[in-house]
Parts: sequence; structure tokens; C-alpha cells
Amino acid sequence: MDIRTVRRLFQVVALLVFFGFSVVATFGAGPLESRNWPVNGFLELDPLVGLATTLATGKLFKGLALGLFTVVVTALLGRVFCGWFCPLGTLQQAVGWVASRRRPLQARLGANRHRPSQGFKVLLLVAFLAASALGVVQIGLLDPLVLLTRAVDLVVVPLADRAAGVLFSAPRVTLTAVGVVSVLVAIFAAAAWRPRFFCRFVCPTGALLSLLSRWAPARVGRYGATCTSCGLCDRDCEGACDPAGRIRTAECLVCWNCVADCPHGSLAYGTAGSEAGETAAVDASKRGLVTSLAAGLTVAPLLRLDDHVGAGRSATLVRPPGALPEAAFLERCVKCGRCLRACPTNVIQPAGLEHGLEALWSPVLDMRVGSSGCRPACVACGHACPTGALGELTYDEKLGQGAFAEAGALRIGLAAVDRDRCLPWSFGRPCIVCEEVCPVSPKAIRLETVDGPVSGQRLQRPHVVAEACTGCGLCEHACPISGLRAIRVTAENESRAGRSGAILRAPRR
Amino acid sequence: MSGQGGGGHDPARREVLKRAAKAGLLIGAASALGVALYDPVGPTGDTASRVIDLPDWRVRVDGPQLAVVMGRTRVDAVRRGFEMLGGLERFVRPGDRVLVKPNVAFASPAELGATAHPDTVGEVVRLCVALGARVVVTDNPIADPAGAFGVSGVQAAVRRAGGTLLIPRPSDFEAVTVRGSRHLVDWPLLVGPLQGATKVIGVAPVKDHHRAGASLTLKNWYGLLGGARSVFHQDVHGLVADLALAVRPTLVVLDGTTAMVANGPTGGSLSDLAPTGTMIVGTDPVAADVLGLALLQRTVTDVPYLALAARAGAGSLDPEAVRVVVDRKG
Repeated sequence: MDIRTVRRLFQVVALLVFFGFSVVATFGAGPLESRNWPVNGFLELDPLVGLATTLATGKLFKGLALGLFTVVVTALLGRVFCGWFCPLGTLQQAVGWVASRRRPLQARLGANRHRPSQGFKVLLLVAFLAASALGVVQIGLLDPLVLLTRAVDLVVVPLADRAAGVLFSAPRVTLTAVGVVSVLVAIFAAAAWRPRFFCRFVCPTGALLSLLSRWAPARVGRYGATCTSCGLCDRDCEGACDPAGRIRTAECLVCWNCVADCPHGSLAYGTAGSEAGETAAVDASKRGLVTSLAAGLTVAPLLRLDDHVGAGRSATLVRPPGALPEAAFLERCVKCGRCLRACPTNVIQPAGLEHGLEALWSPVLDMRVGSSGCRPACVACGHACPTGALGELTYDEKLGQGAFAEAGALRIGLAAVDRDRCLPWSFGRPCIVCEEVCPVSPKAIRLETVDGPVSGQRLQRPHVVAEACTGCGLCEHACPISGLRAIRVTAENESRAGRSGAILRAPRR
Repeated sequence: MSGQGGGGHDPARREVLKRAAKAGLLIGAASALGVALYDPVGPTGDTASRVIDLPDWRVRVDGPQLAVVMGRTRVDAVRRGFEMLGGLERFVRPGDRVLVKPNVAFASPAELGATAHPDTVGEVVRLCVALGARVVVTDNPIADPAGAFGVSGVQAAVRRAGGTLLIPRPSDFEAVTVRGSRHLVDWPLLVGPLQGATKVIGVAPVKDHHRAGASLTLKNWYGLLGGARSVFHQDVHGLVADLALAVRPTLVVLDGTTAMVANGPTGGSLSDLAPTGTMIVGTDPVAADVLGLALLQRTVTDVPYLALAARAGAGSLDPEAVRVVVDRKG
């Protein structure tokens, strides 16, 4: 069997499994739910996710150690991860194939010519990693597995299910959906112009793997006197690695197309070095590397100059239950969107720019969206997180029972009544929907009965009991004031703030 | 022109004529579409919904209207209750399409009593299926629908009992006006399942409700509404009375095996519940609710919608006026 058939088989299977995992990423034991399947396997195999979070935290978290497998494979065999496995690579390859198969030979040879600017991805990688080392992890914006997971989980699957109606009982909502998916669309558009444009010029994971593949014992090379320098080996070259010249091993995706395309059998994959010579170095100058290192080291503190993890924090930012304290959370969250996908009520949403640049597409709760705030008896999001940015809570921990009875229920925020907008408070009309839906026992909303505006009528007004409120937001979701709700949750009292929360609590030992 | 040969043989001229014909077709099509779609008035803002009558699902039979069963398990009590009414077969016939409407408002485990108990729902479904009826179970929860049916255990119970669970999607609701209703005007309602049903059975727990006074069989119909229905809390009694008049069920099952006596309607703690050991099955939802109220140590004056519903003709406020049979075990 043609080795390329094997490669295509790998690619198609990996792509199907990737989409399959996105379909079943709902937390649970049902037939279309995650069960114990390794739905985060792709993210974990991506060594950049592991490296960036390790640089930020000093620890390689759990399943992210799988990235070491990719490191080993790449160090021995070259960038097969990119050429044989990465679903974003496969999709681009498909786009590129469709777009260029009717193009004249000269155009295809030109499109696949190696370009020194392919080294840009290495500069990008260095800047991302430098920022990560300072605790600002932004690799998720461009990491291929992360951005594809985010786009498929939050846009493709919900969009498809609008038509299919299989996965969700209510149509799924994704805030900033256009922004999330536009990255993917741009990558496909670029791939139609130049095959695998993103892989060649942008991909930070590809850049990391290109560095790791430098000493790979097995590699593609050009041999013997049979070569007529016809240049056909460039025709279908995925990596634009210049097999017709001094092949650039770091750019080679081991796609095997040059070997198959050569009419003279002059190319081969093996352990002998290329007779025609090789270029081992990546296209990045020392000056360029120093500049991007400096850029990364500057951007990180620049992004924090607004002190958004401290006093300058967004007033409306509420994180999912189990989120680490904000600075530690940002050291781990890669914005893959898995917690959003797992959330059964759809209340977790990708942040837009309203919570600051660094928070873009990180998980925040929007109580108005979805079916019902944060469900008390639910710990799905933490179990979906591949990086530990959200802790894996137990039901006891979330609800404050069993061993956690003394600690009390986990709090993600605190509800507050906006008396100017509240029906009983401001308009003299009966309501108390917020009190009705409050799931805490005894209720975290207390009613005060007063004389209503009509003589003889009694009116009940809601008050939040700060000691009991968990910030679940069921009240905000149900409030009949449909715009800016008359009862709203902010993060004031969240458990992760410890003793710095707004409500004084007896310290626990 | 005169210098160029005969018209019929001039290829340039023929080409012009061909193009002119195509242009003519285009003009004709565009004009026809324009005339056909021409709207001289503009949007009128008239969005009046369909006016509907809901079927009357009552079955008139001689015999007691209410059966009160005490001191039995839920499954036994449901079975015994139907027997005391003369047998479920008097109400449900082979081929009937039965809509069972449990109260599954919250994603709360069955033990906490915030939802209709899966044992009760399951037994009602099972008995109907055994009589040869097709059973659809639905409710529009306050919590996320899939979560509410899953966590409460109702989904599993319905499946085991051979019924079909309908987890409502937005497309299952239609904004309608129910004839004679004050509040159900241009309001989304589970019209499809209701109009498709030949019999309707409500299954409700006995619960404290801070706004309505109590949540029993009549308040249970709230779950047939879609839309931002919490706005009705401003006249919850008027709304429940409206629902009582619109939905005339075949039977109601009021499960007071335990009652949520405090912190309603969500509860959340076992300490909100009291063991009241009573199952009420019957054809008069108002009278059933009045009896259920006693389990909460409340009276009719605490729950104004009951008087409104009775005045509207939905049932009897005075249990003395209906035939009640009681079964006490042990």
C-alpha cells in the first residue's frame, strides 16, 4: 500500500475522532456524552499546551504529560504530528488540495516554494512562551488544537445541532461566535491561497515541533545521480520545505508527497542524510529571536498594567465554579472552551473584550444566557478542563455537604437586588420570582412584607442573605426584568477570593 | 444598415434580437415579481395569534370524584387510588393518547421533593400503557429541561414504564390565545402535545410556595407555558385560575407521601419535608388541592387562586360537596 494512503488514513481517522470527541464532550454517562472517553486527548497531545502552562506554573498538569509522547515521536521521526495527525492541518490540506488541484504546474510550484518568512512562526512561539513564563498564557489564541477545539465546540457543533436537534434540548448559545470562528475561517481562506499557510507561517505548535525535529534520525532526503532537477518534488509539498534544494528538515511535515511525485525515485525517507544537502536551521535570525523574546517579556506586564487581576478587575466577571484565584487561573486557562461545551445549562460563555484583552474567550458566566444559571448539583466544567484552571470539584464540595458541611457550599459570587429596577421595590408590584427559584435551603433570599401601594394589599420585597448566597445566578436568570436584571450576581463573595471577599466570615482552620 | 445584407441572415442582428428577447424575459420576470410582492401599506404591527380552544379532557363517570389513600408506598397508593375511583379503565381506553404532566420544575433529586416523584409518575404511565394507551410525558421546567428530567429521575422512570418523554424545545411552543382566558393571550403554550392528547393526567407533589401559597395540581399547569412566564408572578392567582379553566384534566394525582412544608417551591434540604403519607387521586383538581392544603396546615384563604378557580367553575372549593372515598392502611 502506498505510504501516502496510510498517512491519509491516519489523518481522516484523527479528524473523525476529533469531531467525535467534540460531539460527545457533554459531561455525563449517556450515549452521546463523554463517559470516560479521553475527549481532551488532542489538547493533551499538543506539547505547546503542556509547555506554556508548565512555564507559567512550574508544573506539568496531569494528562498534559501526554505531550511528551509527541515530543519523543517528533524528535525521532520529524513533524509527523503536523503531517499525519493534526486535524487543523488535515482540514487545511483538504482546502489547499481543492483550491490548487486545477492550477497550472508553475503556480503550484510557486505556491509551495520555501519562503524565509516561514520563520515568523518561531518568532511568534518565542513571544508566546516568554509571556507564558511571566504568567500570561495566550497560546490558545493561535494554538491549532486549542483554536480548533474552541471553534468546533462552540460554533460548529452548536450550529449543526440547530439543524439536527440531537445534542441539546434548547438551542445552544455562543456569545462572540463570529469572532471565535473567524480565526478558523481566516486559516481556511489563507490555505486556499497558499497550501497550509497557517502551518507554514503562523502555527506556534508547528514552530515548537520544527525545533524539536532538528535532530530527527529519520528524515526525507534527495539522493543519487538520477535527479534531473525537474523540481516536481515541490508540486505537492505540504511544508514548503524545499525538497528540490537543500531540504529544510524543520519545515518538512513528512507528508511523503515529494517521494511519490518524483518520477526518478530520487527522494526517500530514511536515516541517511540528504545527499543534496540539508538546511538544519530555522529561518529565524538571532536579532529576530531576541526581539520577539523582548516583545513577549514586555507584552506580559503591559497586559497586566491595568491590574485586572487585582483592583482593576472587571466588575462583572464571574468565573465558573472551582476556578483558581484569578492570577493562577490565567496561568492555566488556554481558552479551549471545553468547560463551556460541557456546561449543561449553557451559562458559561466565552468572554468578549469587555473583561479586558487577556480574558478574551476565557470562560465567564452570563446568567441571562442559557437555560438556568449555574446548576447547584453539577460539577461538569471542572471535570472538562484539561489544564486544571478549573478544579475537579466533587458534589459534596460544590454543595457544602459531607466533609464540606462546615466549609459550606462553594460560592462563585453574590447576588444583589437592584431596588431601582425590582418590581416590588420600585414599582409596587408583587413578584418574588428570585426568591422562588433560589435553590439554597434555607433560601438565600429573604422576604420582607410591607404594605403595598394599594390599600390593604401586602407586598413582599426580596433581600439577599449574604451568608447563604452561592452566586449560582438562578435568580438573575429568572428575573422578569429582561434587560439589565433587577437582581444580579457579581463575584464579590466568591470562594476563591478567600478572606478578601466582601462578606466577613469566621476564619476556618 | 442598408449596406448589410438581408435581416434574417445578418448574424449580428440575430444576436441583438436574441439578447433583446432575454432582456425582455428578465424585465417581465422582475416586473411580475414586483407586482406580485407589492405591499402598498407596510408592516401593520398586527401579530395577533391563533385563537384556540383546548379540548375538554374530562370523563364523566358516576362514582367518587376523589380518592384519598393513606399510609401506602407511592406505587401502591396510585394503584389503590385508581381502583377506588372505579378503575383507571373507566378513564383511559385502548388507543387513547394520554398526556401526563408531572411537575418537574427543577434539576433536583427526587428525595428532595421539589419535583413529582419518579415512582408516582412511572406508575401512572405504566398503568396507562398497560391499558393500551400511548403516553407522552412533558413539562417545561424552570431549570434546564434535560437536567430537570434527568436529575429528578423522571426521565428514567418514564422510559422504564414505557412512556415517551417530550423534552420541550422552543419549536414545541406556539404563541396562541386561549378563548375566554384573561392572561393566555398571545402566549407560548405547549399546544402540540395538548391538542394531540385525548386524555390529560396531572401529577403534582404537595409543596409550599412562597408566592402562590401552595403548589399543588392547579399550579402544576404553569409548566405548560413557555416564554418569559415569570412575569405572571405579578398576578399569579389570576393566572392559575385562568389555567384551571383552560386545562380540564381527565385526572389529577396529588402526591402527598411527603410534603414540602417550607422553603418552597425549591426546597433543597430534607428538613424542608414532612412525612404526610397521603395520595390524593381524583377528577376535581380544586377539591384535590383543598385536601392537599391540609397537609401543609394551610387553608383556602392562604391560597387565593383556589377561590378564583372555583368561582370560574374549575371545581369545588368544598370537599364536603364532592364524593370522597378514603383508604387508611395500618
